[in-house]
Amino acid sequence: MPTPALTLAGPDASQRAALAAALLAVDPPALGGAVLRALRPDRVTSWLDALRALLPPQSPMNRVPTGIPDDRLLGGLDLAMTLATGRPVAERGLLVRSDGGVLVLPSAERVESRLVGRLVAALDARHVPARIAGGTDAPTTFALVAIDEGEPDETPVSSALVDRLAFTLDLSGSDATLPFARSDVATARALLPGVTASEAQLLAFVQVAEALGVASLRAVTFAVRAARAAAALDGRTVLQEEDIALAATLVLGPRATRHPAPPDESDAAPPPSEETEAAESDGPTLEDSRGMEDRVIAAVAAMLPVRLESAAERTRRRSGAAGRAGSDRAGGQRGRQVGTRRGDPRAGGRLDLLETLRAAAPWQRLRASSSSRARVQVRADDFRLRHLVEPAGTTAIFVVDASGSAAVQRLGEAKGAVELLLADAYSRRDEVGLVAFRGTGADVLLPPTRAIAAAKRALAALPGGGGTPLAHAIDKARELVQQARRGGNDTVVVFLTDARANIARDGSPGRPQAEADAMASARALRALGGTTLFIDTAPRPSTQAQGVAAALGARYVALPRSDARGIHAAVRSALPERA
Amino acid sequence: MRIAFPFSAIVGQDEMKRAILLTAVDPTIGGVLILGHRGTAKSTAVRALPALLPAMASVKGCRYGCDPSANGRKCAECLARERAGEALRSEKRPVPVVDLPLGATEDRVVGALDLERALARGEKAYEPGLLARAHRGYLYVDEINLLEDHLVDLLLDVAATGENVVEREGISVRHPARFVLVGSGNPEEGDLRPQLLDRFGLSVEVTTTTDIAQRVEVVRRRDAFDRDPEGFVAAWADADAVARRRVERARKKLETIAVPDEVLHQAARLCAAVGTDGIRGELALLRGARALAAYEGARAVGLEHLRTIAASALRHRLRRDPLDDVGSTVRVDRAVREVLGA
Repeated sequence: MPTPALTLAGPDASQRAALAAALLAVDPPALGGAVLRALRPDRVTSWLDALRALLPPQSPMNRVPTGIPDDRLLGGLDLAMTLATGRPVAERGLLVRSDGGVLVLPSAERVESRLVGRLVAALDARHVPARIAGGTDAPTTFALVAIDEGEPDETPVSSALVDRLAFTLDLSGSDATLPFARSDVATARALLPGVTASEAQLLAFVQVAEALGVASLRAVTFAVRAARAAAALDGRTVLQEEDIALAATLVLGPRATRHPAPPDESDAAPPPSEETEAAESDGPTLEDSRGMEDRVIAAVAAMLPVRLESAAERTRRRSGAAGRAGSDRAGGQRGRQVGTRRGDPRAGGRLDLLETLRAAAPWQRLRASSSSRARVQVRADDFRLRHLVEPAGTTAIFVVDASGSAAVQRLGEAKGAVELLLADAYSRRDEVGLVAFRGTGADVLLPPTRAIAAAKRALAALPGGGGTPLAHAIDKARELVQQARRGGNDTVVVFLTDARANIARDGSPGRPQAEADAMASARALRALGGTTLFIDTAPRPSTQAQGVAAALGARYVALPRSDARGIHAAVRSALPERA
Repeated sequence: MRIAFPFSAIVGQDEMKRAILLTAVDPTIGGVLILGHRGTAKSTAVRALPALLPAMASVKGCRYGCDPSANGRKCAECLARERAGEALRSEKRPVPVVDLPLGATEDRVVGALDLERALARGEKAYEPGLLARAHRGYLYVDEINLLEDHLVDLLLDVAATGENVVEREGISVRHPARFVLVGSGNPEEGDLRPQLLDRFGLSVEVTTTTDIAQRVEVVRRRDAFDRDPEGFVAAWADADAVARRRVERARKKLETIAVPDEVLHQAARLCAAVGTDGIRGELALLRGARALAAYEGARAVGLEHLRTIAASALRHRLRRDPLDDVGSTVRVDRAVREVLGA
């Protein structure tokens, strides 16, 4: 029975989100899951409820608690049973318990890379490798729903995850309901293996992706799978144009990096040569697909935001999130062992078995009288956990003044110094971030990353001129410092400016307010601690710059006495020595 | 276990496929680094590898899969059995392709105390880890540029010595661990440490193809595989078998491939022209070219083999200015043109 709801009722985001839930219910493992962008938790709850109502009864839906230890996620040793029986008893982890269902990942934008790695591996391999001696690999297929609760300009969800989930949905609109029931989904699942896509349709998917600037073929594959699910949900085994339009809107739309050229134009002057060649060689079916494809592209284009992130921007923005080797220093779960301490392994620590057995050893004779058959009697008191320390990394944040008052030649020297520091950071494996300010505001040109070449490109492209919004720049630096601290890194902030603030925090011109704002921002940054270095780029040292430096609690270096190499040396001496 | 997408069905990506096949012909080439964006069949190619590798002879019952013909390079357990006068029997095993997941614990990688025996009998015994499982096979690290530094150090150490030495929790064990390290990653998300780069024999850069016909073919095959994995694998079984036999033949011929002086000379000139440090570049270049000659059924290594393999063998060894944007591939290609002619 054809369902009118399947055709796109218009560019309504909540309607799309509801449709995506239905498609995901039809083919969870092939579609991977969804990223939900929502600032209101009740929207997420109702979306998940809608999804649950469509999945087979008793399908598990589990939340991943933040900071879940590995043995809870992947499975591990059931300590109580193991100790009671004297032989290792495995316990199933959350991934395996979610087999056939949905795993919900809250605060996905803050998840540490260790957990991302685990989830990605399980999504790809569809099994969880054995964790204990004699264990077996456990198969599991689940859909992952990652909830991005961050503000739009915060660090996004790791691209390793986003790439593996077919949908990215915006739940900011109202709730939408769909005329689907669990039985429709069950019927669709039975139909699904028979749903086929024609050659012309596959070509259409590829060309729509091309028009939207979606390079990843994984995304195109997701779109094909989503379209097949849509056809099955509509009771068909043949793909139709509306399935393709729906899938393209849901899967390719959010990944678009450019607006498609209007169809009229491309008819007048057909630009990309591949397309025309392909069209000529394959004949009439492609002529049909051309029309279909234009309509699909138009449907997707209708929902695209006015401003799209280019592929390069996206990578740059995400590089900070994905370029981290890991950051759970606080839990002390990794690194070099410096000893053991008494504790409960359930709380997330790692059991030091040998020390535990050693602690239990003196009591064996006493305990032997109890009824247990185990040869070694271990009590909770005996548990010893490894005490691990991981050397903290350093995040260096450069705040570069590109305003008109910082003369062009000064900017050149500053760039030279930053380049030398970048090369340093490269050999020290530090992360480097870059904030530039001019005109009315400051921009994070590069979120902290280890990809140094990207930092250099960002720096080279930095233009000069305009006002000096110092307060805003200090605020931006503070945000980056806070982020780096959350990841457990030490921070070094290096300012290169003449401190002639003339743009207030709200973007309005006026020197007195701008200076007051800058001082307030400086004190706020100082409160976070960490190393700060202030390089005065003014032609001669100014009291104003010294004032800001003092408010920052920064080491003050005047540029007139030094060139790029001088600055470089000054910063190096300020950086903490690495063990 | 999930059914793997067949190797032969991967569209394009010829340089990557060639590099992987050559390490199957000659594992001493020393690992492949695959750099590129996500969704470019990097992991697919590695996971498809087992179907291409002829089974290997191993000592029956050996936990490390020792080679029966490797005199003196066996694990302590096999050596003890030999000393006790036991005649080691041999069995065929599939070549292991082992995943090293990001965030794996050190215990899991190097091996750790055997919990069962420790708990049940209070004995200290060693439970082999991923390095032991990968012995004589492949160790695959996806997103190797994000691997934690202490694991990188560990891999470097084992790769250099071919041996895993475990000294922890009162256990003192050493066992052979020689494997082909395959790493993949997106360089825009983080750089690799130079020491690690240098350990790879070959490196390849993969990009998503922009050719529409090829892209359609990729999507079509993926779709066919999605709908009927068993049928799809069966349809490509012959192609994979052809590739496997070719690898097998090339392995047998490898020892007999001649390396003319002219080739040695040009390889040295090529390395000097791009300015690689040390001798690893020349070794990788020669071993790669020799494996390629064997794979292509040639009797001797020719300059065309050098030319084909040069970029893969050298691009990651150029003395690197981290701030230099000129691609390494471009620099190697330029040197190849200068030394070997267009």
